[in-house]
This record gives sequence, structure tokens and C-alpha cells, in this order.
Amino acid sequence: MTATLLKEASPPTVTPAGRRRRARRRGRIVAVAFVLPALLLLGALVVYPVLFSVGRSFFDASGTRFVGGDNYTEMFRDPATIKAVRNTAIWVVVAPTLLTGLGLVLAVLVEKVRWATAFKLLLFMPMAVSFLAAGIIFRLAYDEDPDKGVLNAAVVSVHDAFSGTSAYPAARAREGQGLTKAADGSYGTTAPTKPGHTVGLGLVGVLPADLPQGARPAYSAARRTAASDELRGVVYLDFTRGGGGEQGRADRNESGLPGMRVESLRDGHTVASATTAADGSFRFQDLGPGSYTVRLPASNFAPPYEGVSWLGPALVTPAVIGAYLWIWTGFAMVLIGAGLAALPRDALEAARMDGANEWQIFRRITVPLLAPVLTVVFVTLVINVMKVFDLVYIIAPGPVQEDATVLATQMWLVSFGGGNNQGLGSALGVLLLLLVIPAMVFNVRRFRGSQR
Amino acid sequence: MNALRRGLGSSLVQAFLVVVGLVWLTPLAGLFLSSLRSAQDTARGGWWTALKSPGQLSFDNYSALLGNAGMTQAFWNTVLISVPATVLVVVIAALAGYAFAWLDFPGRDAIFLLVVALLVVPVQIGLLPVAKLFGQLGLFGTIPGVVLFHVSYGLPFAIFLLRNYFAEMPKEMLEAARMDGGSEWRIFTRLVLPVGRPAIASLAIFQFLWVWNDMLVALLFADSSAQPLTVELQSQIRQFGSNIDVLAPGAFLSLVVPVAVFFAFQRHFVQGVMAGSVK
Repeated sequence: MTATLLKEASPPTVTPAGRRRRARRRGRIVAVAFVLPALLLLGALVVYPVLFSVGRSFFDASGTRFVGGDNYTEMFRDPATIKAVRNTAIWVVVAPTLLTGLGLVLAVLVEKVRWATAFKLLLFMPMAVSFLAAGIIFRLAYDEDPDKGVLNAAVVSVHDAFSGTSAYPAARAREGQGLTKAADGSYGTTAPTKPGHTVGLGLVGVLPADLPQGARPAYSAARRTAASDELRGVVYLDFTRGGGGEQGRADRNESGLPGMRVESLRDGHTVASATTAADGSFRFQDLGPGSYTVRLPASNFAPPYEGVSWLGPALVTPAVIGAYLWIWTGFAMVLIGAGLAALPRDALEAARMDGANEWQIFRRITVPLLAPVLTVVFVTLVINVMKVFDLVYIIAPGPVQEDATVLATQMWLVSFGGGNNQGLGSALGVLLLLLVIPAMVFNVRRFRGSQR
Repeated sequence: MNALRRGLGSSLVQAFLVVVGLVWLTPLAGLFLSSLRSAQDTARGGWWTALKSPGQLSFDNYSALLGNAGMTQAFWNTVLISVPATVLVVVIAALAGYAFAWLDFPGRDAIFLLVVALLVVPVQIGLLPVAKLFGQLGLFGTIPGVVLFHVSYGLPFAIFLLRNYFAEMPKEMLEAARMDGGSEWRIFTRLVLPVGRPAIASLAIFQFLWVWNDMLVALLFADSSAQPLTVELQSQIRQFGSNIDVLAPGAFLSLVVPVAVFFAFQRHFVQGVMAGSVK
């Protein structure tokens, strides 16, 4: 200190070498002033916490007793943590693979349309949306009630378009009125019948308000006589509004049940089928002589299809991964697209000249040349997927949370969310860190390589 | 024949991409329409029924939300957290990035390798120790605490990005400035910052979105008076289903700002996210 002051006091006597040394020292002080704020923050809030967590992971829940590796063995004994490890493994395998594949396909296809930029913008936009907002968006979309969740609304309408809806989920027959219920839920006539007869199949359990529009009284149809080679009948609601009427008979005001599937069976085999008209009537023509039974198949009475339980225990992880795809596909597509744009055009042109088709070009040239980019995308996604927290925390409903749990949510629950075991929580944090160390090494290597 | 096949192929591709685009748009449209419907309408049927009867739609939920003191407070907290966290990261990382690129000090390269290694450290590992530290310093639960945490965990990437960008500057340019007798501070403010503007813009946008969209850090470090929009909304998730008229407009409000930033600065945004993906 005194020496410096002395030197300051007598500048002319300083040698050129001394001046250079002094300038260098000054330069170092300036340099340290430039990096100091960053190093202080990084040291206090990143490096120190990592070391602290590593140390803390060897102590028990309260932090007073050294337990060695117990927290780490506990991690693979506790069912909830095992579940978290398993789910994280599923995430790490499934999400990056799907995203890279989807991104590759879309990146190749989008090159072929003129509105590529608009499409890329649209798919990239979810990257700006928080996981919380995305979580609420998908919680809404996955709602189990087809009147609330758009996904189940779509699934139910597709299902109903293909296999039809049953009009009478609540209908049933009265005991002892000529219809017997089979084990599969269908109803068949108790007594055999034969061509030339007209049968009445009375059902109850349908509210008058639930009758299809256009249903007409079954009375006259029930009285028509059948020709000798046909079997006629009527399916009706055996209930007269306001009382009265006779059970087991189509009375004057009793309604037919339109749209009901009816089958006629002979020797246990279906020989004909029909659908009832507005007044509930049906007929089977050109029947050979013999003994028949008439059956109302179970599909008439099937409960309505409720769709898929997306957020139930079985599907919750795939469902959350679906939401993750919505957010990240644009990222994969744009990054792979940039790699695609950098491909040597002449290789592709030459292949085209040689008569290779688009698929061959894709398989044999595009994908191999893109391999480095695909690797970077995949690795990036793996790192990000391992830390997924908010989406799982938001989308999985309370009771299903433990089926959806991943390492990051489990670490949170154990440390802060009631578990309050900070030893185990720290060990989970360290496990997360260990899992990203390969990525750390990869980054450092790549950086040192780029400096050479 | 070939042209015909190509034409058919291209319209198939177009159709496929249109479907994909619709699939991507639907969830967002669903949130927006849901946010405009009353609780009664929501209980009666899905948001798509509003396409047939647009009379359901109104901004009543939004005016209710803006009248809700907790929500508006949370919105301002989000701003008060994101803006300083962005500015501080940019300033601190620019200083450090310049020093790592062009100034000489002992252990420079080793320390920078450490910064590169810190790029992928998960925030989870810092939660517990920093919470204890902040508890002792009286920062736990406060907005400055949340900001400091975000700044620290944003720094490795920010320094990495800016140092690499600054290092690309031509050496002659800096030496000329030094010859002219400019102090390092002067060179930094007059030369390095203007030249580095594209990288700084990408970094600022990336960091702003990162902090704006964060829930995990604020969930732990912000108490009820400091909590941002994400945490405020998260606290209402438990009643999901009965409060869509609050959650949907709240979520939409929280995503309007980042999506607007996205459309305003597409190029910087994409570059920032691309560069930041290694985190």
C-alpha cells in the first residue's frame, strides 16, 4: 500500500516495465469489477446451494443426524418415489422421441407449402405460453364430461357416428309379460312364435319426455294381422299416462318405440332383423314355416358412451405428455427446419435426377445428413423433459397426482408439500442434477472444441 | 402423370398441415371462448356451443377479474418481478460476458468453463438452500428475493450467450478503441453494448418470458402479497371445474403478454429460445 502511494507520488521515476505492470494490475482490478456481481450471485445462489444440497442429502429429515446413503436407498424403496422415477423414465423415452419424429415430419412437409412461415409461427407460439396457462388449457380440453371437454366431445361424436347411440338406455320389460332378459342384456320372447302371428313387446322405464320426436301410438299396428309367411309385431311403451290401460297390451294411447332394433331367431340363429317404425311396428317377411323367437338386442339398451377418462390414473401421463407436445413441437420443427435449410442442395438434386422418389430421398439422404441436428434436438428435449414440473402439477387432478408424479414434482412434494423430509428432498434434487451431468459434460466438451 | 401425382401429393400435404394447424389452434380457441362465457353457460355445455349462439360471449368475466384486487395485485407483481429480473440479468451478464471475452484476470478460462457447466443445473436443487439463506437475510417471501433467484439461475446462460457473441467482435476494433485511450467502461458502453444489441435483445426476450411464465420459483419464494399471476391462478386450481369463469380469463390474461411479445419480436424470440434451449 505504501509502495503504491510512493509510486503515485513520484511518477517520473517509474520504469516502463513498472508502468506496464501497474497498467496490468489496474486492468485486472477493472476486470474483476466487471465479473464480480455475476460471480457473487452465482457463488452464493447456485454453487453454494448445489454443495449444500449434496451435503444435506446425507442427513435425515430434520437435518440433525448423519445417515450416509440412506436417503438414496430410501428413494428406490419408497413406492411414491419409485413411481416418480418410472414416470420420469417414460417421459424421457416417449416425449423426445415423439417430438423429434413429429418435428422432422412437419419440417419436411412444411417446406412444400407456400404458407410455411405462418404455419411455423402458429406451431411455435405455444413456446411463449406458460406451463400454467397450457395446463389450464389442457385441463379444460381433457375434461371427462363430453359436455365440457372438447376431446371427449370429439371422441363421443366419432364413436356415436360409427356405432350409433342407443335410444333407450333405461328401458326394461316387466316381469312375466312375455319378455325374458338374457345375460347379455338383450330381451327375447319367452314363448316361441311363428309366421302369421303378431307379437306385442311391451317395455317400461322410458319417461314420456324421453320418447323420440314423432313416436306414434302403437294401438292400430298391434292389431294388424300378419300374412302366413310373415311375422309382425310392435314394440311399445306399456304405460298409459294418467293411469288406466292394461299391462301387457298396447292400449289406445300407448306409444310405439321407434328406432328399436329387432331380430328374429330360429334355432338360436338370427335369420332376419328390422328396425321399428314410428308407431313401433316391425315385420319380417318371407319366413319359412317353423318356430321363431323375437329378440331386442342389448345394443338398444346400452348406456350412453361417456368417452375416455383422460385424466384417470391409467392415461394421465400420456395426457400430460400430449400437452407437452403441443408446447414443444414447434421448437423441434423450427430447429430441424433450420438444419434442413443448410443441407447441400446438390445431393438432393442428384438423387432426384437418379429417379429416387421422395420417400427414398427422405430415408437415405435427408435423415442421415440431419443426424447431428436431430441429436441436438433430442438431447435438448431430454434435458428439459427431466425437469418437467408445472404441467404435471397443474393438469393431474389432486387424486391422480400420485399416479402422474415425476422426479421434479416428487422432489417438491417431499421437501415442501407436506412430506417435509428435506433429506430425501435434497437427495431427489441431487438425483436430478446427476441425471443432467451427461448434458453438462456434453456442453463443456462442445465449448472447448469450439475454442480450438 | 408425374405432375398429376405431385399435384395430388401437394394437396394431401396441404390438407394434412391444415388439420395439424387446426389441432394446434383449438385448445387456445377453447380457452379464449371459455373465458368469455358465464359460469351458467359453462355448466350447461362446452365452449363450442358458443359458435352457434355467440350471444353467450361477453367480457363480463374480464371486468370481474379486473375488479378483483388479488388478481390485479398479482398481475402487477408479475411485472415487478419480470422487468427487474430481465434488466439485471442483461446488465450483470453483459459486464461479465465482456470481461470473459476481452479482459484478462486470473483463472478466467477455468471460471468460464464452470459457468458453462452451470448451464444445466436444475433450479430444483437450489430451492431448499436458497430458501434457508433468504430466510436468514429476510428476503424470503419478498419480490426482491424472487428476482434475485431468477437472476442467478438466468446468469449462466446469459453470460454464455453474450460472451460468445462479444468474442466474435473483431480484435482490431477493440484495440483501436483502447489506443484512443478509452477506459474499459467507455468501451463497454459505447462500443460493446451497441454491437451486441441483437444478442442482448434475444437474451432479454428469452429471460423476460422465462420469468413471466415461471410458477415453481414464485410458488416457494413469494408470499401472498408478492405472488405473481401464475401462483395466484395455481392456488385456484383445486376448485377446477366450478371456477372456469375465473381461471380461463386469468390464464388468457397471463398469456396475452408473452404471446404479444412473441409476435412483436418473432425473430429475436425464436433465436433466444433456440439459443436458450440448452438450459
